[in-house]
Amino acid sequence: MIRVVLPHHLRTLARAGSEITLEIPGPVTMSSVLDALETKYPMLCGTIRDHVTQVRRPFLRFFVCSEDWSHETPNKELPDAIASGAEPLLIVGAIAGG
Amino acid sequence: MSGVRVLVGTKKGAFILTADGKRDKWEVTGPHFAGWEIYHLKGSPADPNRIYASQTSGWFGQIIQRSSDGGKTWETPGGGPGKTPDGMPTGESNKFVYDTSAETGKPLTTHQWYDGTQHNWEFKRVWHLEPSLDNPDVAYAGVEDAALFKTTDGGTTWKELSGLRGHGTGPQWQPGAGGMCLHTVVLDPVNRKRIFTAISAAGAFRSDDEGKTWKPINQGLLSGYIPDPKSEVGHCVHRIALNKARPNVLFMQKHWDVMRSDNAGDLWTEVSGNLPTDFGFVIDVHAHEPNTVYVVPIKSDSEHYPPEGKLRVYRSKTGGNEWEALTKGLPQENCYVNVLRDAMAVDSLDKCGVYFGTTGGQVYGSADGGDSWAPIVRDLPAVLSVEVQTLP
Repeated sequence: MIRVVLPHHLRTLARAGSEITLEIPGPVTMSSVLDALETKYPMLCGTIRDHVTQVRRPFLRFFVCSEDWSHETPNKELPDAIASGAEPLLIVGAIAGG
Repeated sequence: MSGVRVLVGTKKGAFILTADGKRDKWEVTGPHFAGWEIYHLKGSPADPNRIYASQTSGWFGQIIQRSSDGGKTWETPGGGPGKTPDGMPTGESNKFVYDTSAETGKPLTTHQWYDGTQHNWEFKRVWHLEPSLDNPDVAYAGVEDAALFKTTDGGTTWKELSGLRGHGTGPQWQPGAGGMCLHTVVLDPVNRKRIFTAISAAGAFRSDDEGKTWKPINQGLLSGYIPDPKSEVGHCVHRIALNKARPNVLFMQKHWDVMRSDNAGDLWTEVSGNLPTDFGFVIDVHAHEPNTVYVVPIKSDSEHYPPEGKLRVYRSKTGGNEWEALTKGLPQENCYVNVLRDAMAVDSLDKCGVYFGTTGGQVYGSADGGDSWAPIVRDLPAVLSVEVQTLP
């Protein structure tokens, strides 16, 4: 079971709670997690990565076990702590305000 | 008793204002989609319970929302909760992809960037949603970078009408300061194959075959901010409006100049007349009097607020040139708000109601054709759009 924490606005869009759980049968990568997330919550398609290019939207970051994975290749396997559900994958929006 | 429903898009959500036909007591709901920019909401003329909304964000991109109960509840068509698709994710309702197909998407073009170089088309957001006049599942979306999309399944999927972007002048189109947006879509209520669009800063365009082919309709426009002031394209048209009983007569608020065409845009003549300034964004036409037109003059393109700090709607009852200031109930000192291009609408009650919203968060309404005004709400986030539905 994978745990994912979304930014506030995506939680309300998905009508989901503070943490989402996903089952991923194969290798646990950023790409497979986002595929599973968009399958379960299709309204999130296009909000985290581009519909066509699948490139991460520029104002979003991916944090994994206290490390920034935003620029890692999407097919790189995530750490065991994420794959086992011990740690959540954080999808974080840039800070708003000024 | 009939009533009205005013749909307000703001920088931080949508609000719905409802009243009976007297239009003196209002119920306000919202914010819907709190925290998101709502560029535009519009109801279907064929089914007033069907409303489309453009929900957008610099973080998360474009979302299309749809209501089938007059705005009480909303769904993302094609991507609603509770569905468990067993294949690839759908979420098509948010997907606006330019047509690059060999059959209809050629020739591929670029457009002009701010510095005059060519630039690839990049989808950014939906500025305007225009539901079909007779089918609630059909709607058009005007987007940035400028293009026109159409849905025939209630917003689940969107397909570009690429004849507009690819008709030939696309490489000459350029963005205005707010981006290169297709912000105006007007459907001809008599000639159902005719569609008018306007783009900042490319100009006005017309299709006479339901959006397959297009031509620029900018003859008569004069714009001092482009190398050839009489160019075929490049004009910063801010808004076009018509009266349903006389759709060949169009009124335009251009960057500067208020214009009129008596032949569906083939030729424009200036009707700014005695306006204190002919810069502005909104323009609309009285529902029952085809020669009665409303504008809100703004001081200039570098000072986006009313001249002299006085918020005045100007009304012409002569189809332009002769304008009168409407001030009763509007602030006449220290007012420095703007009224954006999609933020004025008229209802079709008798007397005609007129509504507009400001960047200061006020929505003003008039239940007597503009003779007097009152704020319906006055402390919303900056208003981006105002539409009104006349309810049975």
